[in-house]
Amino acid sequence: MSALLDHLPEFWQGLIVTLQLTAASFAGAAVMGLVIAAMRVSPVPVLRGIGTAYVETLQNLPLLVLLVLAVFGLPEIGLQAGLQVTATVVIALYEGAYIAEALRSGVNAVSSGQGEAARALGLNFTQSLRHVVLPQALRTVIQPIGNIFIALTMNTSLAAAVGVVELTAAANRVNLLEAQPIPIFVGAGVAYAVIAACAGFVTGRLERRLAVVR
Amino acid sequence: MYGNTLTYAGIIHYGPLYLRFRKKMAMIRVQGLNKWFGDHHVLRDIDLHVAQGEVVVVIGPSGSGKSTLCRCLNRLESAGSGEILIDGVPAPVEGRELARLRADVGMVFQSFNLFQHKTVLDNIMLAPMKVRGVSRAEAEKTARDLLARVGIAEQAGKLPAQLSGGQQQRAAIARALAMRPKVMLFDEPTSALDPEMVGEVLDVMVQLAADGMTMVVVTHEMGFARRAADRVVFMDDGQIVETAEPNAFFESPTTDRARNFLAKVLTH
Ligand SMILES: Nc1ncnc2c1ncn2[C@@H]1O[C@H](COP(=O)(O)OP(=O)(O)OP(=O)(O)O)[C@@H](O)[C@H]1O
Ligand SMILES: [Mg+2]
Repeated sequence: MSALLDHLPEFWQGLIVTLQLTAASFAGAAVMGLVIAAMRVSPVPVLRGIGTAYVETLQNLPLLVLLVLAVFGLPEIGLQAGLQVTATVVIALYEGAYIAEALRSGVNAVSSGQGEAARALGLNFTQSLRHVVLPQALRTVIQPIGNIFIALTMNTSLAAAVGVVELTAAANRVNLLEAQPIPIFVGAGVAYAVIAACAGFVTGRLERRLAVVR
Repeated sequence: MYGNTLTYAGIIHYGPLYLRFRKKMAMIRVQGLNKWFGDHHVLRDIDLHVAQGEVVVVIGPSGSGKSTLCRCLNRLESAGSGEILIDGVPAPVEGRELARLRADVGMVFQSFNLFQHKTVLDNIMLAPMKVRGVSRAEAEKTARDLLARVGIAEQAGKLPAQLSGGQQQRAAIARALAMRPKVMLFDEPTSALDPEMVGEVLDVMVQLAADGMTMVVVTHEMGFARRAADRVVFMDDGQIVETAEPNAFFESPTTDRARNFLAKVLTH
């Protein structure tokens, strides 16, 4: 226990980085997911093709491979960015594919009559998506997106493998000094669990608040 | 003197003639319309002219292409071949022009299709604000007027799911009217309703017809056809088989197909 308490500042710093990674990459993933989902349901075949290719590619590669490729590959082609920034972008692009799929299933769950009525009134594709279909789709996918958020939180620990000192890396460093893996990693695990529990609480609240009356 | 007479005569006759011409001008003009789903030929050489202010009832067996015809008129379905003109303007293929055409052609669906997440008032205000660029205050005023007109003013703040079917359909009619369309299409507007709610929706439609709206109505409600329609168009197997004035059509259809169909519908 003292191994934990003695190193609270390091843990705290790691937790801050984990929270930064989580928040920034989730925001990026949400934007990316929205764009890709819109492409996948658009009437333009080329856009649908690009959207599908994106999802298929990113869902079929391990995140760790993508992180390693980005961290070591990007400098090769002259793109230099900080480790944490690179990790954030890669996680956002990766999780964006999952969010896109969740949103698309939500869009498919909205009855086709809704989009048709919107178009019959003269709304264009973007307007009917934005004002009619997506607001209804979002309500049906709050739970799946909450789960993606939790998975994303856990996935940020992979950034440790490419040198970002987030919570897992911080715990690992402390363990190298103290050699007490059980209390140290239980402590880190509890911190992740608290983040996940908060996410679960928020999605539950949102779901009840926004439930679609049918 | 001679020239003066001509001018005089011209003024006198030009006005009424012009007005009569305007009135008779086809609001909807469908010429040689064909539509395929894959190799299923769903609409065959449809010719249909609907004058301004005219009310046309489309009737026919299930699968005869009535809905598809309606959907082609506002291009929810693309036509295979042929020509569709609304108020003299050919239906555009896509983009801004298409949105404008759709805004001019109101559509009421069998399943209402009110936006489930918006109140009745917001349902009606959305398109005028987003498509026509009307201000929120003006859109709300129009919406409240229309809700009063269809008799559900007190339901403005409710969600669609909190309304009865008849009220939902009247809200859907108000929503279409808010765009000030030139034409209204109704695809079996009362088929999804409990019998006791059919009347309230038909009353709104009869009133709309009396106010001079150009309407194409797919319905099997003979009462409505007799009360409000100028013409009945009978479709079978993708073709317009017979066109007649309502009483003539129901009392003495000229084709066997129409006779058979009416015999079946009227016995039920
Ligand atoms: N999206 C579609 N894809 C393939 N076939 C279709 C599609 N929509 C309609 N059809 C077919 O086209 C034909 C005409 O359908 P339509 O819905 O226009 O008939 P309808 O006269 O409105 O029938 P109902 O009285 O049952 O509503 C039917 O045979 C139907 O199966
Ligand atoms: Mg139909």
